[in-house]
Amino acid sequence: MSRFRVLFKSTAVRLSALYILLFAICAATLVFYVTAMSERLLTGQIRDAVKQEVEQVQRAYDTGGMNLLLRTMERRARQPGANLYIIAGPSGDILAGNVASVQPGVFEEVGWTSAPFAYQRYTDGGGVERRHRAIANIFVLDNGLRILIGRDLGDPERFRLLVRQALMVALAIMGLGAIIIWFAIGRNALKRIDRMSDASKKIMAGDLSQRLPVGGSGDEFDRLSMSLNTMLERIEKLNEGLRQVSDNIAHDLKTPLTRLRNKAADAVDMADGEARRTALEGIISESDQLIRTFNALLMISRVEAGSVAAEMSPVELSAIVSDSAELYEPAAEEAGLGLSASVEPGVEVQGNRELIGQAIFNLLDNAIKYSSDTEGAGTVSLKLARRPDGICLSVADHGPGVPAERRDDVVKRFVRLDESRSKPGTGLGLSLVEAVMELHNGRLELSDTDPDKPEQRGLTVSMIFPAKAA
Amino acid sequence: MSAAPQEDALSLAETQPVGNVGRMKILIIEDDLEAAVYLTKAFREAGIVADHASDGEAGLFMGSENTYDVIVIDRMLPRRDGLSVISELRRKAIHTPVLILSALGQVDDRVTGLRAGGDDYLPKPYAFSELLARVEVLGRRKGTPDQDVVYRVGDLELDRLSHEVRRGGKEIPLQPREFRLLEYLMKNAGQVVTRTMLLENVWDYHFDPQTNVIDVHVSRLRSKIEKDYSQPLLKTIRGAGYMIKDEG
Repeated sequence: MSRFRVLFKSTAVRLSALYILLFAICAATLVFYVTAMSERLLTGQIRDAVKQEVEQVQRAYDTGGMNLLLRTMERRARQPGANLYIIAGPSGDILAGNVASVQPGVFEEVGWTSAPFAYQRYTDGGGVERRHRAIANIFVLDNGLRILIGRDLGDPERFRLLVRQALMVALAIMGLGAIIIWFAIGRNALKRIDRMSDASKKIMAGDLSQRLPVGGSGDEFDRLSMSLNTMLERIEKLNEGLRQVSDNIAHDLKTPLTRLRNKAADAVDMADGEARRTALEGIISESDQLIRTFNALLMISRVEAGSVAAEMSPVELSAIVSDSAELYEPAAEEAGLGLSASVEPGVEVQGNRELIGQAIFNLLDNAIKYSSDTEGAGTVSLKLARRPDGICLSVADHGPGVPAERRDDVVKRFVRLDESRSKPGTGLGLSLVEAVMELHNGRLELSDTDPDKPEQRGLTVSMIFPAKAA
Repeated sequence: MSAAPQEDALSLAETQPVGNVGRMKILIIEDDLEAAVYLTKAFREAGIVADHASDGEAGLFMGSENTYDVIVIDRMLPRRDGLSVISELRRKAIHTPVLILSALGQVDDRVTGLRAGGDDYLPKPYAFSELLARVEVLGRRKGTPDQDVVYRVGDLELDRLSHEVRRGGKEIPLQPREFRLLEYLMKNAGQVVTRTMLLENVWDYHFDPQTNVIDVHVSRLRSKIEKDYSQPLLKTIRGAGYMIKDEG
């Protein structure tokens, strides 16, 4: 019965067992109370009837003496019904009446019998198998005879028995139902939990693509599974990012480190002087670039981990965009480009000014860097506008652009389309922008600036912030 | 300076005569012994005397008992963490400028660091030239409260109230941002300011500008204040940043 023991361990079953126990106690109390009350009521009615009869019999004796009393009692005794009429001698021996015998000691009392007593009828045939119970009133005549008038308790007794039987049956049905329901609920719950823990075990074993089963009924198990699945998705994504990063770090940091090492090896062999100094400065700037890369990586991972979310506050996006335009205008001009800004005033979002600023700076850096070599690239345009689907902040250039099939790639860490790595940069710029947008519940969109010109389609990067809830 | 040219701090030291400032004395509270030895040596080569404490309690004691121009403190320290050392110093009314070094990331930790009473914040990893420039600016800040209305470097004058810039009595028109850039440079005249410091103090963004955006602004400013004059004032310090100084 280990299955049953497991079943009993489940919370639902324990709770329902407790509930059933409490319910049974309440029901039993109620039924016993009801029976006791109705019994008392019935007994009260019987006593009233007996009392009336006693008065009538007494009146008959008072007016007509012993004769009338005997006639009255005989007439009454012949009527159908379960009444007891006894005339007994002073010592309690039955002289006349419709009862064969009564429990000894009954005639020692006068007035109401203190408790129901047993008696036997003539029709019982002398056996003791049928014992009747009755209550009675006894009074003593002036000639010493004792008159007992009573009523059989058969009716209230049967009533009580009936109610108790009904209660037992009800309790039995209830208990059976509860056990069936227990078993159904418990088994169902156990089965589903087993399925969930099976899936969890697979996930624990390393298969992060596993998902917990969702039944589709939308009950609490489904809701739990769905939450856990969302969690798993996030874990899988983070894990995937982590693996990708460590792969890429190994790959992309090896090159500059090797270069650094070679430069240092060269410098060791050089004589003191200007050449050595230049070599050392080269090593320093190479290291600075590495430090930048690490800083950018740290920044992205912190943004992705969401630990900066606490520092979100309402920021004026318009001001940040204007700042950026102002900051980058000379750099664009230096690169032979124009920088045009179209900023809708008064646009506010809930966010982190530093991160949004850095994201825009990265986009402007990229736009200037990649379109400055293109003949007639003209201007880089920075635009902030409210749209129906959110707030759109876009940076558009007229450089070579990014082919549609590579757009997902360029957002990944260390991915650069320029295989020769001739432009300076960490390959982390867009990754940071994407992480920042994710933190702000927004998204990043890449599109062509001029789709009609295949050679110079340009790139427009749009940061879409969710429209601020009012 | 006679030390062998080993790292970029030296290119700073050459253009940075410390004699007129008086030797600056700083306290480095850092539990990484190797880093501490490197920092002490590098600061000494730049003409700054550096004491070292290797845990929070020792640092608190030294910082309270001695007078320093600047305290450089690591955020994570054994026995008492960096932020609590700063709060305790401030509670004792010791207002030595404090620069926090931290391996923790950038955006939010800077805010907590500055809230705890730090004066500047530099995330690891950092270039020593950046740390040196910041320590020097902090050390200088202590002596001269920022009350001057007019900054002067050679024949260049900047009036902070009327927002006018003159050179040799002749007004030079500047854009508002150029004015703030020049104001910050002149406030720290004779000191190296890095590109990151300029981005922080002039534009109020706190990260390392990875491209030449700041340089282009500085060179625009330079052409405005030096175009018609023979005496250069605004110098580029290789591997570090910029400095405005009257060489005449």
